Amino acid sequence: MAVDTATRPAPPGPAPRARAQRGETARRQRSLVLGPGPVPRILGMAALIAMAAIWLLPMVWAAATSLKTEQDAVALPLSWIPETGFTLEQYRAMFAEGDVQLWMFNSLVIAVAVTALTVVVSAPAAYAFSRTAFRGRRTLFVLTIAAIMVPPQLMIVPLFEQMAALNLVDTYAAVILPQLVMPVIVFILKRFFDNIPRELEEAARMDGATNWRILVSVVLPLSRPILAATSIFVFITAWNNYLWPFVVITDPALMTLPVGIPNVLDSYGTVNAMQMAQSVIAAAPMVIVFMLFQRQIVRSVATTGLGGQ
Amino acid sequence: MSAPTVTRGQDTAPRSRGEQVASAPLLQRLAGSPWSFLLPFLLVYGAFLLWPLLRGFWLSFTDTALNGSGGAFVGLANYAEALGDPMMWNALGNTAFFTVISTVPLVLIALAMALLVHSGLPGQWLWRLSFFLPFLLPVATVALVWKFLYNQDFGLINQFIGFFGGEGVGWLSDTGVAMWSIALTTVWWTVGFNFLLYLAALQSIPDHLYEAAAIDGAGAWARLRSITLPQLRGTTVVVCVLQLLASLKVFDQIYLMTMGGPQDSTRSLLLYVYDVGFTGYRFGYSAAVSYLFLAIVVVISIVQLRLAARRRA
Repeated sequence: MAVDTATRPAPPGPAPRARAQRGETARRQRSLVLGPGPVPRILGMAALIAMAAIWLLPMVWAAATSLKTEQDAVALPLSWIPETGFTLEQYRAMFAEGDVQLWMFNSLVIAVAVTALTVVVSAPAAYAFSRTAFRGRRTLFVLTIAAIMVPPQLMIVPLFEQMAALNLVDTYAAVILPQLVMPVIVFILKRFFDNIPRELEEAARMDGATNWRILVSVVLPLSRPILAATSIFVFITAWNNYLWPFVVITDPALMTLPVGIPNVLDSYGTVNAMQMAQSVIAAAPMVIVFMLFQRQIVRSVATTGLGGQ
Repeated sequence: MSAPTVTRGQDTAPRSRGEQVASAPLLQRLAGSPWSFLLPFLLVYGAFLLWPLLRGFWLSFTDTALNGSGGAFVGLANYAEALGDPMMWNALGNTAFFTVISTVPLVLIALAMALLVHSGLPGQWLWRLSFFLPFLLPVATVALVWKFLYNQDFGLINQFIGFFGGEGVGWLSDTGVAMWSIALTTVWWTVGFNFLLYLAALQSIPDHLYEAAAIDGAGAWARLRSITLPQLRGTTVVVCVLQLLASLKVFDQIYLMTMGGPQDSTRSLLLYVYDVGFTGYRFGYSAAVSYLFLAIVVVISIVQLRLAARRRA
């Protein structure tokens, strides 16, 4: 999924000239908040180190605790490195139960399905809004955008009722279907499609290509960076989604990872080291996704954030 | 519907010309028409957004229960009950309080982080990772880890306070503190999103503005005040709008960390909606509270967008 973000048509951003000049003025521009001389830089660095330490500490502490025995996890005074050394005991016990693997599989199936189907549903709609003309286009687009305001949490009661009526409670479909309504993705894709030069489309049209053909062979290939960015955004959202899967799934065998972990914890009583191990396992896939797609994720946040404008 | 209409405005998308000849068979015309592109989205939009929204609106006028019993039309009784319901007002107050104490730091800390990271100090990659990574964690993980940190007896935070001779705090058990603890967790968890929005905005401020300022001999503080902050105004509006909406919707972390306790001090409005619907089995009443909440969200959104538009004009 290597994506070249530099050579594709991009949403409005810095002009090429400004980008070229960046090197020369980089140093000047970078001293945005820091005055001249070494003292402000040292203070700035100290502030960054302090903040980064605070932000990393809970994660490091959780990871360290997950490698302790239960006694060491709550032994006072607390210590980062337990006297008896680190152990993989918690992980071994967790995987021996088997549920975690199952939940991870469910999460993966659901997140992949939501991501793929959201793109399949949203991209053609964005194309229609961006590059075709029909009566009611503006009204329909405004209605689509207005849906961004509706908190999905508000619909859990009628949605649950709907799923019960359709006999879909405790199925993958019940988790997946309502998550496919992502007006913000339609909005972002439309904005990107708006910036694709007309000439490319015209040339294809001369060769007799239909709208669908143009979408598939011209527009989508040119939109790979934005498709990657939005896909990652949808995937993360779907993977981390808590409330709806929690409501509509009651069968432990069908739970997603974030739902299963706190839900089944009670059966162990209070076991802190085990909880931290489960937390690490629930978080690990997202950390890996971040390491692999850092650039696309940063880009997706920048564009999805603008989606609210 | 196949006739190309000319639309005005910035996003004019002209002509689906040629192929839609009047004599073509209906099916073929439909296959190439814009509606065929919209169909899948309109289906899911209609089925899983519009329908539940309308259905919920209808339910709010009935006394439907979770098991499907009841369902009689009761008019505005649910709304009248909600307006006189002290639990509803308590939840609304908690939600407003949380929104204020979370939104302010979530905007200001994100801005401070972005400004510092953009200052060209070494270690960009590490800062971005540290501040943004928590945002990617599932709420279940965030809640478990912070419950552990907040633990009164062997939580890291109270241990730290104790090390300096301080008295331990009941982070999640003290009614005056619990909502602040939830807010602190939320800031830690989500500030990275706003931070990245600010960072992207900082990177797109044209360099020539700073060059001009440098020629005029403007210092760091003057540049920040007269160039950077004004240039970030649009982003600040976006961040504030998104953040307010997100904070009003708070549910997951509260549900997982305190279940609304102690003594309802962290029961947010959505938590109340959930409780009434799924624990109290009163779908109709729960829907009415939902709609009161939606009305508040819509009014706030419109006011914000109006203000933003006026400031930009």
